[in-house]
Amino acid sequence: MALKSELFNITTSADVVKVRQVTRQWATELKFSLVDQTKLVTATSELARNTLEHGGGGSMLAEIVEEGARRGIKLVFDDKGPGIPNLELALRDGYTTGGGMGLGLSGSKRLVNDFQIKSEPGRGTTVTIIRWK
Amino acid sequence: MDRIPILKVGDCLLVTIQVDMHDELAMSLQADLTAQIAKYASRGVLIDISSLEIVDSFIGRMLANIAAMSRVLDAQTVLTGMQPAVAITLVELGMALPGIKTALNVERGMELLKAYLSQDLEPEETDGSEE
Repeated sequence: MALKSELFNITTSADVVKVRQVTRQWATELKFSLVDQTKLVTATSELARNTLEHGGGGSMLAEIVEEGARRGIKLVFDDKGPGIPNLELALRDGYTTGGGMGLGLSGSKRLVNDFQIKSEPGRGTTVTIIRWK
Repeated sequence: MDRIPILKVGDCLLVTIQVDMHDELAMSLQADLTAQIAKYASRGVLIDISSLEIVDSFIGRMLANIAAMSRVLDAQTVLTGMQPAVAITLVELGMALPGIKTALNVERGMELLKAYLSQDLEPEETDGSEE
C-alpha cells in the first residue's frame, strides 16, 4: 500500500526542521494545495517537537499511501519516552505539561484527516497521521 | 550559532525572518530583541514574516511573547506579511494571536507604528532630549 517510505531520526531541533522540509517536499510532489501543505507541515512540526521534547527523541516514518484513487501522506511519530498517562486530557485544547500553549496534540489533530495516538506509560508514544490529497 | 539580524531604524527595530527557524534560534531572537529594545529605548518593533512558510504553536508563542515583552518595555509590536495559508493554519491550530497588531505588508506596518508613535507622543511632549 505504501508507494514510498522513509525513516527519519528526530534527536535534535535541527531534525525537526529537517522533517518539516521533507514533508513539504513530499506534499509538493503529490501536488497538495498550498493550504494543505501548510497544514500538514505545521502538524509535522508540532508532533516532531513532541517526539523530541516529551519523548526524549525518536523517529518519523514517512509514507506515501494510496487508497482507491486517492493518495496521501502518512506520518508515524514514534518515541520510547515516558508516555502519556491520560490521553483524553492530553488531547484537550490548552492542556499542557511542557509550559507551552497546549495546542500541539489537539491542534495538529485538527490539521489532518486521520489522527491516531497510542501511548503506554513507561513505554513511549506513537502518533499516526494521514493527510489525503 | 546563527542569529536573526535586527535593524535599528530611528526609534524602531526591524526584523525580517527569512529562514526556517529551529527552536533555539527563535528563543535567541526573543532575547536579542528585548535586549535591543532596552539598549536603544526603541518605541516600535516590526517583525516581517512574509518568508515564513509555517507558524506553529512554538513560533506563535514566541511572537506573542515578543509582543508582550515589548509592551512591558514600552514598545509597540507589529507583525507583517503573514501568508494567507499560514493565517488559515494558525487559526485552525487554535492560535489567533490576540494582542498582536498585524499589517498586510511592511509599508502598512511602518505607517501603523508611525501613527501609534505620533499619537502616543502628543499628550506629553516634555520628552525634549534631542539627540
